Amino acid sequence: MDKIQLLSELSQIVPSGALLHQQEDLRPYECDGLSAYRELPLVVVLPNTIDQVRAILQLCYRLEVPVVARGAGTGLSGGALPHKNGVLLSLVKFKQILAINPQRCTAVVQPGVRNLAISEAVKPYGLYYAPDPSSQIACTIGGNVAENSGGVHCLKYGLTVHNIQQLKVITIDGELLTIGGNGLDSAGFDLLAIMTGSEGMLGVIVEVTVKLLPIPDRAQVILAAFDDIVKAGEAVGNIISAGIIPAGLEMMDKLAIQAAEDFVHAGYPTDAEAILLCEVDGSNAEVSEHILKVRGILTQSGATQVRTAKDEAERMSFWKGRKAAFPAVGRIAPDYYCMDGTIPRKQLPHVLKTISNLSTEYNLPVANVFHAGDGNLHPLILYDANKRGELERTEEFGGKILQLCVDVGGTITGEHGVGVEKINQMCVQFNTEELTQFHAIKSAFDDKGLLNPGKAVPTLHRCAEFGAMHVHKGKLPFPELERF
Amino acid sequence: MTPQDISLDLQVRVNHAIENKTPLSIRGGNSKLFYGREAVGDAIDISQNCGIISYEPTELVITARAGTALSLIEQTLADNNQMLPFEPPYYAETATLGGTIACNLSGPRRAYTGAARDFVLGCKILNGRGEIISFGGEVMKNVAGYDVSRLMTGDLGTLGILLEISLKVLPRPEAEITLTLERDTEKALAKLNRLAQVDFPLSASCYDGDRLFLRLSGTEGAVKSSKKAIGGEVVKSNQLIWHKIKEQQHGFFFTKKPLWRLSVAADTPPINIDGKWLYEWNGALRWLVSNASAEIIRTAAEKAGGHAIRYRHHDQNCADVFHPLPTNLLGIHQKLKQAFDPHGIFNRGRMYAEF
Repeated sequence: MDKIQLLSELSQIVPSGALLHQQEDLRPYECDGLSAYRELPLVVVLPNTIDQVRAILQLCYRLEVPVVARGAGTGLSGGALPHKNGVLLSLVKFKQILAINPQRCTAVVQPGVRNLAISEAVKPYGLYYAPDPSSQIACTIGGNVAENSGGVHCLKYGLTVHNIQQLKVITIDGELLTIGGNGLDSAGFDLLAIMTGSEGMLGVIVEVTVKLLPIPDRAQVILAAFDDIVKAGEAVGNIISAGIIPAGLEMMDKLAIQAAEDFVHAGYPTDAEAILLCEVDGSNAEVSEHILKVRGILTQSGATQVRTAKDEAERMSFWKGRKAAFPAVGRIAPDYYCMDGTIPRKQLPHVLKTISNLSTEYNLPVANVFHAGDGNLHPLILYDANKRGELERTEEFGGKILQLCVDVGGTITGEHGVGVEKINQMCVQFNTEELTQFHAIKSAFDDKGLLNPGKAVPTLHRCAEFGAMHVHKGKLPFPELERF
Repeated sequence: MTPQDISLDLQVRVNHAIENKTPLSIRGGNSKLFYGREAVGDAIDISQNCGIISYEPTELVITARAGTALSLIEQTLADNNQMLPFEPPYYAETATLGGTIACNLSGPRRAYTGAARDFVLGCKILNGRGEIISFGGEVMKNVAGYDVSRLMTGDLGTLGILLEISLKVLPRPEAEITLTLERDTEKALAKLNRLAQVDFPLSASCYDGDRLFLRLSGTEGAVKSSKKAIGGEVVKSNQLIWHKIKEQQHGFFFTKKPLWRLSVAADTPPINIDGKWLYEWNGALRWLVSNASAEIIRTAAEKAGGHAIRYRHHDQNCADVFHPLPTNLLGIHQKLKQAFDPHGIFNRGRMYAEF
């Protein structure tokens, strides 16, 4: 790759201020929210029109230069990690809300618009955008689509894929695709679904039409304490069996509770082994009925304490503790590593027990934060990157947790994406034919493999190398491939 | 039908078809043969690949083989006070889960809880290379790899044979009533658009050109308080009316003229095409019985940000059923077809003539 030629041609597409190539200017882009992985790109381009994006992609296609798209860079799996020989395409200048259509409950936004900014803008119409990843104050909608982001309200309101209606996407050869429509479905294959969560591998998102929901009349949260985490897990099943789908249903274990309480003084009982936060929303009547029922179920499930937030301030305080759980854990250890597996809920006791045993084995503490309603587990492994070998031990421990999730019928990533972080674990979850199918899908959109290369879907050779190190259930994976 | 896994037999058939380059037409309960373009190729019957594999009410997940009767799935869920949230139409008692998912068909509840595709968590498929492969799983949140399960939903069998499907299910609502109000078309649509912006527990809506029907589902208290706020009269035959609309047994659908399905922006004003109209999904779904030309209907649907399907064409050999795709999207469809079914074995031409 000729950097001078690339720069010269890029400078004909965007003004000089939108093109960064000096090392000190590239530094802020070297990583995303997963800072353990860093790489400087060849150049950073910050276009502000769709035509510029098209021209940049056409150029990269012609010169065969890799392209990594980036929103706010808050992702937790290294999906926006730059390619050292590639262009880092920042979409942050696309920050316009183009239209709000309260009649049809949609908003049309550019990809660089922040998640929370959408809900703020549509609030005067009594509407909001439901998916609320904990980074919602900073993360962009383009990144949310690329990662199919979730949040604490997924069980009732779904993920990003359930809450968008149309995408405008530019493929690597510069085609502008309009996917979906203004109705509730569109002609042909569900390309909206294949694009959502594709981690920047299939196209660059330049416009998103999101669905909006009416703000519920009322939301109320109940906090329940348990002296045994298994009982807390059973309580979750009991609530759902009673026919209630809470808006949010979160669990935290003792270490997470204590860290959060020390940090934000949420009013959590620090002697509890686990707490559940159960939020119900809807009409005033519905919320009252559900609170009564949920309180009864929690008590019957053996909760040692059941508290309904007495007012909006206390409700916000209960949530503040949960939403601050990650940084709170960050205060009690020099570094932490956040995992993101999903498991069938009934496997919770077994999985927590195994994680606890692994924690002892690796001599690394773990705090557990759990989207209990939908089985999405976030074990936070505490470590110190300055201690020699500790990051490597942490990664190995993390890999075992993900393998455990797959073994019990779950998945290696519930909402953070594969990125570079879980690329090896993809070899655990999928076999050769399945990975080959993924590569075939990728080629249908990107025949030269230039969009975000090395992410999300591992090559079969990579899996062969990984498999040589990790023999799964006594079987050698990918036996048909040569080992290097 | 006896639960059994015949996926290996199906695999043999597919490999044979690949070798001999014979196209296959995938069949389940034959309840939706009318839908889409003509099915060509030797019939491959998947209805014996049936049976519920796992169902755990507290996990809100059911996994079944694609040939399982839809009625068995819905009955099993009902026994546990749960339901398929997308309220799929059957069109015949023989309807299978696989056909429902392959067509991505959803009923009255769709505008409020989501479509079939929204509840698909995972699937096992047989692709056009004769490989049995699995995607997604039985958990609510899963972002590992591309979302193949949803891509398969609504593919009309053109990408592969569905073998097993995992779905998210939901509890049945505690209470349900249907209200009816007399309105003209403009006022009915305006009312639907207004209601959508308020947090009412709506679960279905229909306007038949004369009366507006609104179904409310939720807790006793929520239904009662919303009823008061919305107004209108309570319909006695709550379940029957929605069953008739979902199964197209309402008088509106009794016709020999072409039936069109327009999926458009919900706030689209009444479309001026000669024919009879029936509205669902807050105005986002519009059924049209009309002899108007395909061009007129498709142009109107496109103008309203949507698309039009010639849903029932009454055995007339019909070349264009689905809305034509722009060239660049058609190209992506052809490449995806190639990625799953490189020999063009499955349901050739069922969706579009080009693949």
